[in-house]
Amino acid sequence: MDKTCISPDDRNEKFLRKLKARNIDVQACYQCGRCSSGCPIGDFFDLNVMEVVRLAGYGQEEKLLHSHTIWLCAACETCATRCPNEIEIAGLMDVLRELALRRGIAPAEPRIPLFHQSFLGSIRSLGRVWEIGMIANYKIKSGDLTGDMKLGLSMFLKGKLNLLPHSIKGKSEIKEFFSGKGKEYDR
Amino acid sequence: MKLSYYPGCSLEGTALDYDQSVRAVCRKLEIDLVEIPDWNCCGASSAHMTDHETGMRLPIRNLLLASQAGHDILVPCAACFQRLKAADKALRADPGFWDVGEYTADFDILHISSFLARPEILAAMEAKVARNLDGLPIACYYGCLSLRNPRITDAANWERPETLERIMTALGAKPVAWSHRTECCSGSLTMARPDIAEKLVGDIVGAAVRGGATAMVTDCPMCQANVESRQSAEPHAPAMPVFFVTELLDAAMTGSYPAKQQKVHLVSPGVLSNIFLDAGMKKEGSV
Repeated sequence: MDKTCISPDDRNEKFLRKLKARNIDVQACYQCGRCSSGCPIGDFFDLNVMEVVRLAGYGQEEKLLHSHTIWLCAACETCATRCPNEIEIAGLMDVLRELALRRGIAPAEPRIPLFHQSFLGSIRSLGRVWEIGMIANYKIKSGDLTGDMKLGLSMFLKGKLNLLPHSIKGKSEIKEFFSGKGKEYDR
Repeated sequence: MKLSYYPGCSLEGTALDYDQSVRAVCRKLEIDLVEIPDWNCCGASSAHMTDHETGMRLPIRNLLLASQAGHDILVPCAACFQRLKAADKALRADPGFWDVGEYTADFDILHISSFLARPEILAAMEAKVARNLDGLPIACYYGCLSLRNPRITDAANWERPETLERIMTALGAKPVAWSHRTECCSGSLTMARPDIAEKLVGDIVGAAVRGGATAMVTDCPMCQANVESRQSAEPHAPAMPVFFVTELLDAAMTGSYPAKQQKVHLVSPGVLSNIFLDAGMKKEGSV
């Protein structure tokens, strides 16, 4: 981790209030390190989990939103499960990703949010995920056209990919969710 | 017994055979599954990871649909289970926040192996085993989302679960002791960062081999697809088939493992088909 000074003056109070509203008590962290030591993806992170929690406690939103860690976290919940203070660390990662997207910060791992967008695009238009359509959409968005071609083909030949999308009746309700239902009230 | 059934999107696609075996096993156990009408995707990891509001509203819609029937909800997918549980907790805490007038649901959300490992169901299954699994050394693999975090899932044992082990023992397989039963396979990253998935899956398969397993069994469709598809492509690397818990149950209870089912695996399921082949040959020889 770098050695730059962190001053309470550049603490983002709004960010801290957001965490409080979501019951994510980052101030309860005493840096025991159980979260970092159990994290299955930790080897690939630029900030380790306990650093993320401490930076969040100091209100250092900018550093966090530009990190690789927030995108590489797989939401496996090992950290939150083992935290002796029951800090909702996986929930913290959710807040950070959402903030980064809302603020339009270029993600350090661009392909990962593109995958999420493709996945959610399928739900938005059909109400369910149609795997072939979702994968094709991701491939086009990410430009990763050749990756996993062999795997895709063998899954297709084994009949593991459903060729026809299924669309639900309540699509208009789903569209409402995606157009921000509930967020009218600034949350 | 009547249960609401939430298959989830994977079980309409890559894990279609999981859906078929869940239904087949429940039929044999005289459990009536009523699919939740017009269910929608639970949002999986992608929704809650990037948009909290949508990530809650998607599973909430399913809960409201299910509450009309009022039965307990059976969920075979670990991710769907965790999202439905999270939505259920949020609704109970503050229905008004989610624009729901009243939420008095008295149903339980059941993940499949916890349900099947109930003593009375286990006994019913054991009584119907037509061909036992012949001491097959098997690594029971839970992954993440049916267990973690327990404040969401209400899992009784999240570090040392034993539901799959109990079911495998009832079928005559031999669950091995191994280290990676609840480790993450990074299913949510597998498309965007296959390199990470290969590392994690490699560690998991390596641990199962060290434990002495020749096969794995799981109750998560993402784990099944990810662990079979991200195993090392090196020619001498051990190949570890990953079975669904209901796939093994169905095979043991019908006494056969059809060729059609063998073909859906990306890794050869020979260790299982051989057991049933042996059974067939012995039967012929004894006539």
